Amino acid sequence: MAGASYAAQPMAMENIQRQPVPIGKVFIQRDYSDGMKVKFQTKLPLEINDRIDQRMFETTVIRLNEIYGDAEALKARIFCEGCLICLTGYLALLCVKSHYERKVKEAARYIQSQNDEVYAPRGLVLVDPFERGLRVIEIVILPQDRG
Amino acid sequence: MLSPQTNISAPRPTDSPSSSRYAALDNGANMAKRKWQVLPGRNSFYCDGRIMMARQKGVFYLTLGLIVVTCTLFFAFDCPFLAGRLSVAIPIVGALITIFCLSTLLRTSFSDPGVLPRATPDEAADIERQMEVPNPDNPTYRPPPRIKEVTINGQTVKLKYCFTCKIFRPPRASHCSLCDNCVEQFDHHCPWVGNCVGKRNYRFFYLFIVSTCFLAIYVFACNITTIVLLSNEEGGFLEALKRKPARYPLPFNFTPIASIIEALICFISIWSVLGLAGFHTYLVASSQTTNEDIKGTWSSKRSQATFNPYSHGSVISNCCMAICGSLAPSLIDRRGFVVPSDPAVVTSSPTRPLHSYGTAAPTNTVAQDSVTSDPPSEPLTTPPLDTQPPSVITNSY
Repeated sequence: MAGASYAAQPMAMENIQRQPVPIGKVFIQRDYSDGMKVKFQTKLPLEINDRIDQRMFETTVIRLNEIYGDAEALKARIFCEGCLICLTGYLALLCVKSHYERKVKEAARYIQSQNDEVYAPRGLVLVDPFERGLRVIEIVILPQDRG
Repeated sequence: MLSPQTNISAPRPTDSPSSSRYAALDNGANMAKRKWQVLPGRNSFYCDGRIMMARQKGVFYLTLGLIVVTCTLFFAFDCPFLAGRLSVAIPIVGALITIFCLSTLLRTSFSDPGVLPRATPDEAADIERQMEVPNPDNPTYRPPPRIKEVTINGQTVKLKYCFTCKIFRPPRASHCSLCDNCVEQFDHHCPWVGNCVGKRNYRFFYLFIVSTCFLAIYVFACNITTIVLLSNEEGGFLEALKRKPARYPLPFNFTPIASIIEALICFISIWSVLGLAGFHTYLVASSQTTNEDIKGTWSSKRSQATFNPYSHGSVISNCCMAICGSLAPSLIDRRGFVVPSDPAVVTSSPTRPLHSYGTAAPTNTVAQDSVTSDPPSEPLTTPPLDTQPPSVITNSY
């Protein structure tokens, strides 16, 4: 039930009506040890260590950190893109999405796929940290199927 | 000018019904609100959430008015005169600088400076639970202001808890009391642009003040040239005034008068903006905010071991990151539709000690004063005249 009813983030009205009431939430905080770049802690919270193992959880968070790290890295291509956009008086941003925005979308797609493949079968839902101001990764704990 | 804030959540399948106005009717009775209509904080929104500014906009209109009036006079009077006598490149260059200046001004004023969304009820409850210090002997004891220590690139930084937004402010973030928002990488609240200057619009602000410098100097130079050339042609300034121009039906030659008006405005502006541009160039090069510089947070005078953990290593990389780094999208989804949030869950997880959030404090402790509560409304003093833009740094809960 938890797997089937989790079709999307628990925010659209129709999904809330179908979705079981969460029994708990945990929040993965930011890891600032490397600077201001978006990076989340990889330590598995105690509350869900019976549902998912450390290695799988770490893989998800590390990949997410990589995507966001890519967004903020200064590579030659991104620098040139930034310069060009600047030279147009930033009018180009009206037409094209910035590199960072594209990466945020990529992260959202990754979370969606992880939820479908890994977390939903275990009665967990990862909320895109972008929905929480890039402060936390919210993990919703759903009642698990017994039957 | 519209700020191109895209609705990041729109493409996801769950939100596609809500991205259509008609599908967002709830109970068929009322239109669902857009998120900007329910955002806490004291901002003004226009164009259905595309434009976001502070409440007080009077000084912004003055800035805009000065630039528009000066440039209108310039293009109406100086440019035809100089294009004919010197080069057609003069108005073209002037137009490019003007467009760049106005574009960056409007970008600074209209865009989200990097406002942090407030904590959801669950998030706030989770943080509150972790901060509770159970003290059965004294139940009315209120713990001291909450601080979390993190280590960033070897420097210890204290993060303060914002009672308004119910979050631990990320490093370099600060709460603007005028706009009532926590803003990432908060630099200052600038009345001249009518908005806070933070992570997302700092580069526009910087380019605006630099381009205003160039514009003021350029127009000033053109004005002097016009006055000198016209006076030489007519054999004196007063004679130049008497010559009736064929272009405009005026009883006297307004061109030198326009040039003088523009020159006065430009002269005063140059004094104000040049110092500010120099100061912010220094801030960009050293990767600091106005707050940090004024308080000397990363000054080596504090201790030998103090260094700026946010620096990217060199002046060039700091400048590149500040101006040409990729622009982060807005964290507050202004144009998305409000959907009822899932019910708040009270979790019964065990209380986790605060030190699990960051590494333990090493020997160097630098209190990040810029993020903590300071006397509010500390005016930024830039040299030298009292015509300086009175940019206000505000720190408060």
